[in-house]
Amino acid sequence: MLSVIQNRREQGYRTTPYPKEPINLYSRYRGLPTVHQDCDKALARQCAEACPQQAIDVERMVIDIGRCTFCGQCEIQSQGKLVTFSNNFELGASSREALFTSGTLPALAEHSKQHFKSLFGRSLQLRQISAGGCNSCEADTNVLGTPFFDLQRFGIDFVASPRHADGIHVTGPISNNMKAAVLSTYEAVPAPKVVIASGCCPISGGPFWGSKDIVGDLNSLIPVDLYIPGCPPHPMTTLHALLQFFK
Amino acid sequence: MDNLLQIQNGQAVSRADIPDLDFPLFQQTVLDVTRHSGFVVQFFAYEDEQSTLKLIAVLRSGQMLYVTGCSLADEYPSFTPHCEKFHMFEREIAEQFGVRPTDHPWLKMVRYHENCRGKEDIFGNDYSQDIPGNYPYFTVDGEAIHEVAVGPVHAGIIEPGHFRFQCAGEKVFSLEIQLGYQHRGAEKLLEQAGQPLNRLPVIAESIAGDTAIGHSLCHSQAIEALAGLTVNDGAKIVRTIALELERIANHIGDLGALSGDVAFNPPMAYFGRIRGEFLNLTLTMAGNRFGKGLVRPGGIAFPVLAEHRQILRNKIADETPGIAHVCELLFSAHTVLARFEQTGTVPRHIAEKLGLVGYAGRASGLPYDARITFPTEAYNQVTINNNKKTVGDVFSRASVRREEVKRSLQIIPELLAKEINAEPVAVPASYSLAPDSFVVTINEAWRGEVSHCLLTDKDGSILRYKIKDPSFHNWTGLAMSLRNQGISDFPLCNKSFNLSYCGFDL
Repeated sequence: MLSVIQNRREQGYRTTPYPKEPINLYSRYRGLPTVHQDCDKALARQCAEACPQQAIDVERMVIDIGRCTFCGQCEIQSQGKLVTFSNNFELGASSREALFTSGTLPALAEHSKQHFKSLFGRSLQLRQISAGGCNSCEADTNVLGTPFFDLQRFGIDFVASPRHADGIHVTGPISNNMKAAVLSTYEAVPAPKVVIASGCCPISGGPFWGSKDIVGDLNSLIPVDLYIPGCPPHPMTTLHALLQFFK
Repeated sequence: MDNLLQIQNGQAVSRADIPDLDFPLFQQTVLDVTRHSGFVVQFFAYEDEQSTLKLIAVLRSGQMLYVTGCSLADEYPSFTPHCEKFHMFEREIAEQFGVRPTDHPWLKMVRYHENCRGKEDIFGNDYSQDIPGNYPYFTVDGEAIHEVAVGPVHAGIIEPGHFRFQCAGEKVFSLEIQLGYQHRGAEKLLEQAGQPLNRLPVIAESIAGDTAIGHSLCHSQAIEALAGLTVNDGAKIVRTIALELERIANHIGDLGALSGDVAFNPPMAYFGRIRGEFLNLTLTMAGNRFGKGLVRPGGIAFPVLAEHRQILRNKIADETPGIAHVCELLFSAHTVLARFEQTGTVPRHIAEKLGLVGYAGRASGLPYDARITFPTEAYNQVTINNNKKTVGDVFSRASVRREEVKRSLQIIPELLAKEINAEPVAVPASYSLAPDSFVVTINEAWRGEVSHCLLTDKDGSILRYKIKDPSFHNWTGLAMSLRNQGISDFPLCNKSFNLSYCGFDL
C-alpha cells in the first residue's frame, strides 16, 4: 500500500488542461501543410511526382491531406518552396472536398451537423473498428484513454458493443476481408449514428492505395460524417476533431 | 555444406549462387538443419522469369545464416510432419501459389485470398464470398464441451481476428486462431512492376505500424544492399536509437496493459502515460509518434541535432527512476504475481518446436536475439542483456520485457554520447537495383525477428518481396499457452504475447 501511495506522489497529476489552455506540439511534428501558390511550376511538378501518395495537385495547387501520409518528403525535396508542414494538429473536416487544401481548413465546429451536437454533445459512445489498420491509428486512439488525455472527462468513450454505441470510428483501408464486418457492425448501431473515418487509410486507402485487396474508401460503403486525417492522426488531432464536431 | 550457401544479414548475393537442388536433396538438407539446432527465417515460393515455381529456404543455426533453393511442383511431401517449424510457412505457400503439401497435418487457409497463379484453390474457397470461407475448425465432442467464438470485431480498440475456444467448463482444451481479416496485399503491392520505388518505404512502415521502425529498417537495409547505398555511422546510430525507443514504448505500454488485465490500476495509468513520453521522443526525431518518415534507404530523412539529443537525454533521465519504481510496484504486488506466475506456460520444448522468437522465445528459454546474433546498424557497439527468467509463463514474458526496457534505457544514452553526424538523405524516385540478386535482412524489433527478403530479375525489378513479422511464428505459441488454462486468462495470455494481426496478415 505504501508503495502505491509513493508512486502516486511521484507520478503526480498529468492530465492536460487542453482545451482550456492551448497545447503546443514539438516543432518537428508535421501537421497542416501549406502549399505555396507562388512556387515555380516546374519544381512543383517535380515534387508532386516524387510524392509517394500522389497527393499533390499542381493544377489546383492543393494537397490532399486525405491521401497524404505526412512523410514530409515534399517539404524536403522542394526545400520548403512548394510545401511546408506546420505544427497545427487541427486537421479534422466534415467533407472529403475540404481535405484538398492549400493551407486552411473550414472551421470544423461550424460545419458539424447541429443535431449531432444536441444528440451527442453530452455523451458520445463510439465503437472502434479496425479494418485493415496497421495498429498505429488504433494505438493512438487508445491513448486517449490514458491520464494525459483522459477522454472520458468529456463524456466520450469507446464501448465494446455496437448496440451501446452512437457511432463507429473506423481505421484502416477496409480490407476486403473486413468489409462484411464493418457493414454488420454499422447495421448493429442504433440510429441516428455517426461515422468517423480516422487516418488516411479509410479516406483514400492510405499507403495501400491501388491494392486489389482493399476497398480504400469508407465513404463508398457508408456515408462518412467526420474525417480525421493523419498517418496516424496525432491523438490531439482526434481529440480536437471530436470536441469541435460534437461539443 | 555444398547444399547450403552461407550468407550475411543484409548482404546481397547473386541468385545464381543460391543452390538449386533436387527436391529430395533440398528437403533432406533443410530438415537436417531445422530438426536439430536450426530455425526457419524465411520459407517461401516465387515464380521466376520462366514462370517456374521456386522454393527458397533461409535458415539460421547458431551464428550462421544459410540459403538454399529448389524447383517446386504443384504437390510435394510436406515438411511439417518431420518438423513443426514449417507448418505456417507451408500453409502460406499453399494459399499464395496453389501448391499442395501432402500429409500436412493442419492444412488450412491463412489469410483468405486467391492464389496468384490462377490454380484451383487448395482450400475449396469461393472468393466471391466473404471470409471466413471454408475453414473447418478443430472441434471437441462431448456433452460437457462448449465452444466460444470471439471476433473478428473484439471488445476494445484492437485489430480483428477470430478465436475459437473448445472448453469444458472454464478450462480451455484448444484455442484455434483464424486471421486474415487485415490482409491488404502488402507483398503484392511492394512487388507491383513499374510502380515508383519511392512508395516502398511508406508501405513498409505500415506493414505493422507499431513496428514501423523495425519493418522500415528491414526494408531500407535490403534496398541499400541491392542499390549499393552506404549509410553513415551517425545515421546508423539514430536508426538504432529509434528501434530502441520503439521497443521501450511498446514494452512499457504492454506492462501497463498487463497490469490492467489483472485489475491493478496504478501501473496501468502510469505506464500508459509514460509510453506516450517515449512516442513523443520518437516524434522529436521523426515528426511522427511511430517514427514514420524517419528511416529511408541510404540513411535518415531528418537531421538529429544537438537540440534533439538533449531532449532525448533529459527525458530519459527524468523518466528512468519512475519506470523502475512502477516496475517495482507491479512486480512486487502479490495479487499480480498470483495471476502472472504459472499462467499461459509455453515450455521450452514446445517453444523450440514452434520456433518462437523475440521475448516470447526468450521467456521460454530460447536465447536468440537478432541484435546479438546478426547485429545491424550500431548494435555491434552496444551490449545486449540476456534474461534468465525462462519458465515460459506470463511472468517470464513480462520479466523479459522489464529487463529489456531497463537495458534499452541505458543503451540510448550510451549511443547519444557518440558522435552523430548524420546528414539527412533525400529519397530519389527510383533506385537502380542490382539485377538477378537476392538479399535477406533481419532485425530484432520489439516483438522479435523481423525479416524482409527481396529477389530481383535480370532488369533489376523486384521479382519477389517476402515479409515475415515475428507474429508469424508466435501466434501458434499463444494458442499453445491456452491449453488447460481458464478461459478468463485469455486476455492476460494474449496481452503477454501482444502479437500483430496486420503484420501476420500482410
